[in-house]
Amino acid sequence: MTSLPQSTQRKMGLVIDLDICVGCHACAVSCKEWNTGGYGAALSDQGAYGEDPAGSWLNRIHTYEVRPDTGPAKVVHFPKSCLHCEDAPCVTVCPTGASYKRVEDGIVLVNEDHCMGCGLCAWACPYGAREMDLAAGVMKKCTLCVDRIYNDNIPEEDRIPACVRACPAGARHFGDLGDADSAVSRLVADRGGMDLMPEQGTKPVNKYLPPRSRDEAAAVLGPDLTALAEPEATGFLGWLDRALERIG
Amino acid sequence: MHPAPSIIFFTVLSGIGLGMIFCLGLGLGPEDALFAWVASILGLGLSAVGGAASTAHLGRPDRAWRAFSQWRSSWLSREACLMVACLAAFGLYAAIWTLFGLRLAVLGWLASGLAAATVYATAMIYAQLGTVPRWSATPTPQLFLAFGLVGGMLATETAAQLSGPSGAVGHGWLLVALLGAAGMMVAWTTDAAGAGRRSTGSDMGTATGLGRMGIVRALEAPHTGRNYLLDEMAYRVARRRAYQLRLLGAGLAFGLPTLVLGLSVVLGGLDFGLLMLVVLAAHTAGMLAFRWLFFAEAEHIQALYYGIR
Repeated sequence: MTSLPQSTQRKMGLVIDLDICVGCHACAVSCKEWNTGGYGAALSDQGAYGEDPAGSWLNRIHTYEVRPDTGPAKVVHFPKSCLHCEDAPCVTVCPTGASYKRVEDGIVLVNEDHCMGCGLCAWACPYGAREMDLAAGVMKKCTLCVDRIYNDNIPEEDRIPACVRACPAGARHFGDLGDADSAVSRLVADRGGMDLMPEQGTKPVNKYLPPRSRDEAAAVLGPDLTALAEPEATGFLGWLDRALERIG
Repeated sequence: MHPAPSIIFFTVLSGIGLGMIFCLGLGLGPEDALFAWVASILGLGLSAVGGAASTAHLGRPDRAWRAFSQWRSSWLSREACLMVACLAAFGLYAAIWTLFGLRLAVLGWLASGLAAATVYATAMIYAQLGTVPRWSATPTPQLFLAFGLVGGMLATETAAQLSGPSGAVGHGWLLVALLGAAGMMVAWTTDAAGAGRRSTGSDMGTATGLGRMGIVRALEAPHTGRNYLLDEMAYRVARRRAYQLRLLGAGLAFGLPTLVLGLSVVLGGLDFGLLMLVVLAAHTAGMLAFRWLFFAEAEHIQALYYGIR
């Protein structure tokens, strides 16, 4: 049934810290690895070793430059995956009933046994979070590692999404964003967690923590190096400098 | 957006076929046995071929039957259900008409209503996508309905001219419909020109949430090769020739038919049997050019993440 639930019991999702992410792509690689062997059809590649390799990924790491009004520009690494929106437009457009949002935890999933691969859900998503698997002919998307987080057969510390488990910088957090007392909710409140494209009205569950301000940017960049490049001339050199300046 | 040939042929052919069913259901056309056969086969054929073509772009066409299940929430599902209902209603109407020479008015009206609803549902598949402002911030349903009507009228007239001396619609009315649809196209194109991605309020700043810190620029792409997102929703190849294609579309879809039908009204009493076939073919070709542009020129806001259009 592709109608959205009125509300979900929990809102499981990710909080991604843009201040910490170093852009190593470990989360994307780990995601690809887990989701190729886990739930649903394998994430296929087309011509992986050829001239024009392509393939389906559920997580893509963009890198942006942000230029403020004053001060140096900042580089921000930006992992992007499904935001498990509360008002997910991808779900309601689905003609087959393959796309759905779970009532118990709010995870948006694709039933790959029902999907006919029309691609309309990918068109409806403002974030580019869904990619067709060209080998299986069905739509793929982030499952929030639904086959890990409830999996009693793996060690408890592994019962989090593969991307969160893999992140070496601790930039990714997983938890219930519907519970105001959860660690992720407190993190969002403390750091001013934000929605992506709020104007699209999708109400994303995943939140992004903005980079912290760098008031101490000068200290980070070290001492003023121009003073070293052009030292104040004294003595004979000082006299020469002044004499040359008079010549014009 | 990627202009898949299967979707372009589907929407154009089924649009004309459904428009024809709309006209025939209302009882247009001469009382002529040959016309009954020609018109019914053409109307059903165009709609059915279009419907079949739409399955060609599916990843799993064997599961297309599942698209009949979500009519409560999905426009694509509604379109599939309405299309089948329309073909069934008109199929019965056409069977009674061709075999017994009887045109059941109520059944015809039902088929007409279902045909109009199907075209509307097709248009709403695009018009519902806030992610593509060129489709959702413009009168797309009105455009599809106008195109369906004029295409259906031209096809009905062609069937009538080919099967006998008498016409079906009257060339004055055809001219009115052509000019009306051309006007609708101009109005839609004008709106679409102002419906860039900025019109949604989204830009790279809101897409990344970083806009509050300064000016955002894509520094490095997440992948060096192509991918589904770029192939499907950042398609740029045909936009270079948009002006020429639009000119060609206008000339073929509206210019040539208007000229020929205008001559017919002015001179009167010309034999338009084969000429109408040329008019219909030109109109269809022009529509294909317009529909190509409908997809190729549409920009998807997810490409904001890549900093491309």
